[in-house]
Amino acid sequence: MITLAFRLRQGNFELRLDEQLASGITALFGPSGSGKTTTLDAIAGLRNPSGGVISIHDRVLFDAQRRINLAPHERHVGYVPQDVALFPHMNARRNVLYGRRAGQKLSVDAVVKMLEVEGLLDRRVADLSGGERQRVALARALMSAPELLLLDEPLAAVDVERRRRILPYLLRVRDELKIPVVYVSHDRAEVDQLADRVIVLQDGRAR
Amino acid sequence: MLEIARITLLTVAMATAATIITLPVGLFLAWVLARGRFPGRSLLETFVTLPLVMPPVATGLLLLMLLAPRGPLGGLFERFGIEIVFTWKAVVIAMAVMGLPLLVRTARAGFEQVDRRYESVAATLGARPLRVFLTVTLPLALPAVAAGAVLSFARAVGEFGATMMIAGSIPGSTRTLAVAIYSFAETGRDTQAAQLVAVSAGLAFAALWLANWITGRAGLRT
Repeated sequence: MITLAFRLRQGNFELRLDEQLASGITALFGPSGSGKTTTLDAIAGLRNPSGGVISIHDRVLFDAQRRINLAPHERHVGYVPQDVALFPHMNARRNVLYGRRAGQKLSVDAVVKMLEVEGLLDRRVADLSGGERQRVALARALMSAPELLLLDEPLAAVDVERRRRILPYLLRVRDELKIPVVYVSHDRAEVDQLADRVIVLQDGRAR
Repeated sequence: MLEIARITLLTVAMATAATIITLPVGLFLAWVLARGRFPGRSLLETFVTLPLVMPPVATGLLLLMLLAPRGPLGGLFERFGIEIVFTWKAVVIAMAVMGLPLLVRTARAGFEQVDRRYESVAATLGARPLRVFLTVTLPLALPAVAAGAVLSFARAVGEFGATMMIAGSIPGSTRTLAVAIYSFAETGRDTQAAQLVAVSAGLAFAALWLANWITGRAGLRT
């Protein structure tokens, strides 16, 4: 169970969430400016809420009253931002291995195989297509053994054909690795196809 | 001719040492100024930049007061039997202080251009801040850091005012290129002075060209 019960103020905008998420894929759906990316940033520890609680199972990542606020590197939350942000000065392999944690159960081979990125590992980031970058970024996030995976519009940058090809990989993350996913989208059809649950955001509130 | 070569070699060696000493301090300051949000930041920036615009002789006199055997820092060193003023160590210190602002300013511009999302992602992948800096921020800012180091080195090679104040012009020990040009011209050894001018012009040209080439290649402007 993932608890997202926090407030976050940013100028005139205030995000207010009070949600419990089960495992599986949860979509954050809504127009731009509704607070989707801000929500992911707060979960990853990149922005500080002004109050409330964020926890994964019994692990508290943020609790304003108890003054708990884990740094991003302590959260075990994988994050693939919208433009995936692969490190441009490393090849695909070094990107994938960057966050590998010692003693984790997920092997490099398994992840590489599942996402079918074997053939891409020796390539430079600049030489990868949009869809290939998505898969490499997903592999990189998975190698850090996250307890929760955050994806910001993972399919926005790829065309319809590629989109059809990436969807199954996301379903594999859910079904084979059993990692809960919070996923941002503004595409209704995509959300219907992929998400187990949808949170509709508007002006910083869930409707 | 041998003397010219010896002076050049001595100067380049000391400027190299100064640049190496400057690097960790300069990179830390550049990173703090680029990423830090704390009260007194602009004050720190001004302080670091000061040697760039203050008369070098004034900086030199300040250093002399600090490092003289009875000065606050010099006294400390003397207790360990380390003499600083009017030795090669004083030259290196003068060069480092005068070169620091150029490194800090250039490296800072480089750090500011590094997209913070790379750093954020690295952190979510479990990297602690120092690892993020060493594996993401620094490599992505490397062209600017290299250019800054080259500029700082070039500045060190040309150092004159502060060096004169705290190191003097002792042949074979503190007589650097710039100091030697002055001494030679003063004593009528015009040929040697001219030769040294040619050497320093060549060194300065090469360093500037290298710095511009590095920044140009990386699409940077400083």
